[in-house]
Amino acid sequence: MSESHSNPTASPIVSVRDLRVTFTGGKKPVEAVNGVDLSVARGESVALIGESGSGKSVTLRSLLRLHPERRTRIDGRIDIAGHDVLALGSKALADYRGKVASMIFQEPLLALDPVYTVGAQIVESIRRHEAISKEDARKRALELFERVRIPSPERRLDAYPHEMSGGMRQRAMIALALACKPQVLLADEPTTALDATVQIQILLLLRELQRELGLAILFVTHDMGAAVEVADRFAVMYGGRIVEEGPTREVIRNPRHPYTLALMQARADGAMTKGARLASIPGSPPDLANLPVGCAFAERCAYAQPACLQTRPEAVAISPSHQVRCLRTDATVGAMDRNHDTAPDTLSPALAD
Amino acid sequence: MIFYLLRRIVYTIPIMLGVAFFCFLLVHISPGDPLVAILPPDASAELQRQLMTLYGFDRSWPEQFFTWLWRALQGDLGTSIASGRPVAEEVFKAVGNTLMLACLATLIGFVLGSLFGFVAGYFSNSWVDRAASALSVLGVSVPHYWLGMVMVIIFSSWLAWLPATGAGPGGSDAWAWDWEHIQFMILPAITMSVIPMGIIARTVRALVADILAQEFVVGLKAKGMTDTGIFLHVVKNAAPTALAVMGLQLGYLLGGSILIETVFSWPGTGFLLNSAIFQRDLPLLQGTILVLAMFFVLLNLLVDVVQTTIDPRIQRS
Repeated sequence: MSESHSNPTASPIVSVRDLRVTFTGGKKPVEAVNGVDLSVARGESVALIGESGSGKSVTLRSLLRLHPERRTRIDGRIDIAGHDVLALGSKALADYRGKVASMIFQEPLLALDPVYTVGAQIVESIRRHEAISKEDARKRALELFERVRIPSPERRLDAYPHEMSGGMRQRAMIALALACKPQVLLADEPTTALDATVQIQILLLLRELQRELGLAILFVTHDMGAAVEVADRFAVMYGGRIVEEGPTREVIRNPRHPYTLALMQARADGAMTKGARLASIPGSPPDLANLPVGCAFAERCAYAQPACLQTRPEAVAISPSHQVRCLRTDATVGAMDRNHDTAPDTLSPALAD
Repeated sequence: MIFYLLRRIVYTIPIMLGVAFFCFLLVHISPGDPLVAILPPDASAELQRQLMTLYGFDRSWPEQFFTWLWRALQGDLGTSIASGRPVAEEVFKAVGNTLMLACLATLIGFVLGSLFGFVAGYFSNSWVDRAASALSVLGVSVPHYWLGMVMVIIFSSWLAWLPATGAGPGGSDAWAWDWEHIQFMILPAITMSVIPMGIIARTVRALVADILAQEFVVGLKAKGMTDTGIFLHVVKNAAPTALAVMGLQLGYLLGGSILIETVFSWPGTGFLLNSAIFQRDLPLLQGTILVLAMFFVLLNLLVDVVQTTIDPRIQRS
């Protein structure tokens, strides 16, 4: 910690250390996140990737402390732009939310208040954090609408969320999130609820805004294609932990965790041979109320050995910026290329008849 | 908005006609001869026939209906058999009294019911919630005439704080807005308010719990809203339904307070209906039911319009 204080320019704007989130509301505590380390530099965009229940959304929401306080235990340390998030009092927390870090939700129709116009909700947000007049706040909202390229913005400000199309609503949501000029933008599956063509537009918009405003973006998705468009860096989550992390290109070209590898092979797009069987990962995600002692992925892993069931793997550095939590990294060297070459061969007998 | 209003008003016309028809029919298929009450036991057949003609009971019922409807449209609801005075006059005086009482009761019920509902919804499944819920269940299920009698015993007999029955000192029926008169309203209004209070509390509790579980509340938190700010959003989301329930409750209280008005001898519509039924005073009974039904229809219209202005998702076009 003393290191980062002495050199603030190099310190990441988002720094998460050993984050553990446990939901205590049910019969058995659910360890949704256990031991996540993550950092995002200024102007960097990081994608948190994983399937449902991997803890990616829980991690993201912890950064704004959006989980119900009474039923959640959060341990570890979260520092965002100089704020020790877990130590903030309720007033300071409310001041921090939306101003320092803000969030885009998966389904804007549900995340916006249905009985207020979109414009009113943006104005409300601006006036919550800044002492400016209603007229000025509305002017700012109009500029934001132009910035996120909503057609006829003046009129749309007075629209209710249900009166807009899905893509338009997500643009409005982005405008709302940017209303108070935050330094960090958290996006919770921002394109999952949208049509494919609209998805691309929203992703490009996010990318553009990030570059223009120098935002740090932490972006949760289960869509690899979407992540590649926006992210500088990938962090792949499984069973509440980050299992592989590295620069986007490196992770895509050379995935070293068997789970990332399997995810890459399960992608439906790209150079699929016609008639080829779509690869999938056998088994189902681990029960978070009952995590195994060893590697959480071991049961479904093609490379698993007895040792994997006993020890929880520590991070192995593949390169200075690429880390993998796996005991079998030696076995996954070049596995991506190998599989690409062999896959058509293994399937060809089935295709022959 | 203007078109919506006009359309809604036009829609109420067939409803009102239907209501008028059914209230006429209901009264006419009920057993008993209305003239028995006013005829002397030894009345001649001739006198009986004369009275039948006078009140129009000798004609077929469709004929009676249209005559009655035509007169009602002109504001003439006929003459009370029992008192001989115009029905319209009696009904409107009673409606005024009931309206005062019902409005006050609904107001008390709405304020307390919303309060309990909000507290219970915000702290759902805590002891506060259970206490508020128990109170509202009690409010809905306690027999109101019994509650009225208990109130009279406690506050009038034992404590002698408030008068037990009537609507003014010395049995006078001229109302005035001074303490002399208002004190007569307090016990019946509180007794009556228990009904809407229970129902509104339960509705608001469910609404608030449902709203708080919605994603937009997380969205509000995420943009830095304080608990007070979020509370205002919850209120605006809960208001349309809560107001609708309040409007309907007011409608029920306008006609459904027969027992309470009888316990407190409050000269309202319930009291009037009660005596009209017992005296088989058909014109009075029909007139009272018709006027109450019209009030109900108008209230529904009002509730719909208010709801539409608050909640944009309700279609206007």
